[in-house]
Amino acid sequence: MSLQRKDVLGLEDMSAEEILLVLDIASRFRAVFDRPVRSVPIMRGRTVVNFFHEPSTRTRISFELAEKRLSADIVNFSVATSSFSKGETLRDTAENLAAMKIDMLVVRHGSSGAAQYLSRVLACPVINAGDGCHEHPTQGLLDIMTMHQRLGDMRGKKVTIIGDIAHSRVARSNIWGLNKLGAEVTVCGPPTMVPGNIARMGVTVEYDLKKAVAQADVLNVLRIQLERGAGGDFPSNREYHRMYGITEDVVRGLKPEAFVMHPGPMNRNVEISSEVADGPRQVILDQVANGVAVRMALIYLLSGGDPGALASGEAA
Amino acid sequence: MEWSWQRIPAEYLVTGVKLARGGKIAARKGYLHVKKGRVEALGVGKPTAEGLPVLEADGLILAPGFIDTHVHFREPGEEEKETVATGSRAAAAGGFTTVVTMPNTDPTIDNPGLVRYVIDRGNEAGLCRVLPAGAVSIGRQGQGLAELGAMVEAGARAFTDDGSPIENGKLMAAALKYGNLLGVPIMSHAEDRSIVGSGCMHGGYWSTRLGLTGMARAGEDAAVFRDIELARASGGHLHVCHVSTRGAVDIIRRAKADGINVTAEATPHHFSLDHSRCRDYSPRFKMNPPLRETDDVAAVADGLADGTIDCIATDHAPHTATEKELQFDQAPFGVIGLETAFAVGVTYLVEEGRLDLGQLIACFSERPARVLGLPLGSLEDGAEADFVLLDPSGEWTVDATTLHGRSENSCFLGDRLRGRVMATFMRGRLTWRATEPSLT
Amino acid sequence: MSFTEKAVIMNEDEMTRAIKRMAHEILEASGGIQDLVLLGVQRRGVPLAGLLRDAIKAVEGGEVPMGSIDITFYRDDLSKVGPTPRVATTEMPFDVTDKVVILVDDVLYTGRTVRAALDVIMDWGRPRAIQLAVLVDRGHRELPIRPDYVGKNVPTSQKEVIKVKVRGFDDTMEVVVGEVGER
Repeated sequence: MSLQRKDVLGLEDMSAEEILLVLDIASRFRAVFDRPVRSVPIMRGRTVVNFFHEPSTRTRISFELAEKRLSADIVNFSVATSSFSKGETLRDTAENLAAMKIDMLVVRHGSSGAAQYLSRVLACPVINAGDGCHEHPTQGLLDIMTMHQRLGDMRGKKVTIIGDIAHSRVARSNIWGLNKLGAEVTVCGPPTMVPGNIARMGVTVEYDLKKAVAQADVLNVLRIQLERGAGGDFPSNREYHRMYGITEDVVRGLKPEAFVMHPGPMNRNVEISSEVADGPRQVILDQVANGVAVRMALIYLLSGGDPGALASGEAA
Repeated sequence: MEWSWQRIPAEYLVTGVKLARGGKIAARKGYLHVKKGRVEALGVGKPTAEGLPVLEADGLILAPGFIDTHVHFREPGEEEKETVATGSRAAAAGGFTTVVTMPNTDPTIDNPGLVRYVIDRGNEAGLCRVLPAGAVSIGRQGQGLAELGAMVEAGARAFTDDGSPIENGKLMAAALKYGNLLGVPIMSHAEDRSIVGSGCMHGGYWSTRLGLTGMARAGEDAAVFRDIELARASGGHLHVCHVSTRGAVDIIRRAKADGINVTAEATPHHFSLDHSRCRDYSPRFKMNPPLRETDDVAAVADGLADGTIDCIATDHAPHTATEKELQFDQAPFGVIGLETAFAVGVTYLVEEGRLDLGQLIACFSERPARVLGLPLGSLEDGAEADFVLLDPSGEWTVDATTLHGRSENSCFLGDRLRGRVMATFMRGRLTWRATEPSLT
Repeated sequence: MSFTEKAVIMNEDEMTRAIKRMAHEILEASGGIQDLVLLGVQRRGVPLAGLLRDAIKAVEGGEVPMGSIDITFYRDDLSKVGPTPRVATTEMPFDVTDKVVILVDDVLYTGRTVRAALDVIMDWGRPRAIQLAVLVDRGHRELPIRPDYVGKNVPTSQKEVIKVKVRGFDDTMEVVVGEVGER
């Protein structure tokens, strides 16, 4: 099994073998973090473009760090610092990038499907760093890696995702990836944020938080976009916190070994209370470290990383 | 005198054809006798007239020229997408001899001068009868009622703010009353935007899966319901545009049973494709109303079959390739449809056994003629000789070379369809002829 | 692709003797095991380094610290998309700074693996010296790299393939030469 693909656009079309391969390679890269020199020269002389058409700090920094630790040359385009504007079509952007002869594109875009479009028109590998409300495969992989490290084989493990499922690309990537690995996913949130038809993606829909957390091995708590609140999808932050916030009280209802994840940045005391966010059950910083490793693994594998010859004694 | 494609004679016979009229297709071959642009005679068997030029169209179906109650020809203002002339060309290639153009141009067709302008451009092109619909409200702003009477005098045949719904219920009620007074339908783009919001595709499993904002069916159902109640109260003729939901079909069916003066149209894409087509984020499948669920698709077909939906209208909505290359959520709504309408009908309704060919042809001819109150669509003796020659079993692949308008945003590109328009005649004159295979 | 074995160029006995000799040479050059560390290149360099350590211990009595090096992320031929990446781990349970590193690999060929291994070591620390021990030197260098300790020099053609089998990794101990061809 290997990553015989040009792009990583989502976990929807990745197989369990591919996901496990990425996690395996990512764990090797995590070992590199503990060395005096935390970079390897494998991507030396290769150019990776980070095209962020939507504001992002964490994901962009994580990708940049991953690329730097692989010794790649990095170019950053972001909405704030470039002339890419709403008027320019994605096709124009793609043609510009293609003309610049880049080796890989990492793209974050506000429109669902944007990464897919760019992958079709660009010859280089494209990694989706989040497209609209569609997918965020690297976040999905780092979440799954964090779960996998603690739970091992994910078959039959119960993962509950809580929050604005309807608008969450993190939720979709988690759902696809976890389903591939045989985990049982439950989604939970107010009905305005959890469309019933999402059950067709192979998840259990549960609107009652207590029931949703009772059997869970993992809670993956999504960030609530506060701008959607105030009488829209939920009445108020306080009301959301009261009904769906992950508090000490909720955590007490968890199985003893279950843990809490959050993709960040957190709205403390909205979707997660400060006590839980800083408490012993959360693994949030581990997710951050895994994020860099997973991104290194994907960049490495999509660049054609092949140490296969190493084993033959013929590796010169 | 010999038949000549180059110089269509003033008087001629079309023979060997199966006549499609009254929802039926004649079992025996017959003829059409055209004289000075009008139907002189038609019937089965041998023509009585002798010594006339003869177009031998052996085995083809001769049907009344098609009528489309809903097209966007974009002129004035967006000529890069379509003009009345290029749209007319596409219409003729699709078998259409009459089209109703929507007023959502720039500027809006909301006064008699602009109504006249569109009619004149149609006459200049001379490829189909271009009947403008005027705007219900000034500038389609949904505020003040436009001068409907003056526009009717100038030649407007219907009124609509299509592209946008008329959100103000009182304005809609007034429009229906005026329409009733003037004897013209009010065409409703039925959409409750407070429900639909910023959706860009049908709200269902696929919008959830793709992470695109959905447009709930309730938005259409609620708006249709409101308009029907306003029509009931006013007695005015409500024509519901592009019906796409099962709910709307049911509501219209009940309204018709109640004797309300309501008619409706449905587009080829709504009786053929469902929302799963959006799976690759191709804006070619982005239109409003959006492609819906499979049960909606079936309900629309059933509505056409039982007459709840009166006619097939294309909602031909050209957009430039540049616009349609935007991301799905950014791209404009709309698809073209004139050239593919008949074939989509044959492929998805006739071949699927939902309608027979005679009924399908009626959906393109006498049924829309009735909606618009036009003396067309049934080839009565003395009527203008608008007709089309059809090969219902001819297969073809939709590609850019088969499209004759200015834009190529068809949701059937690349599809293999059955049903070909071989030639189109308006007032006895040829407006379009298939080149491959061609009639000799 | 298939491997056709042509000849056994070292049997277990010869391999053992070569390793023993190399152990002597290393001790001779270093004047003892003070500051020595062994680093085996993944994968067969690792059991070979183990054998060298054992041989040194038999002579000198002391145990030389040993680690392993994975050069996967330091290769210079990333563009070829190949079969399964077999990423091993680098394990250096000591600080290499100011040590004399004996880098151990099975076959020395173009020199590119050694180049990569040198980079790995440098990223971990600054050894006083790095020396290279290989079981087989088959020639055809592409980089200015030479071994300090060699088990056996084997002139080869570039079409030929050298396979080293080491217990701990394989069932037998032998070095064979063969050719790779289409099946």
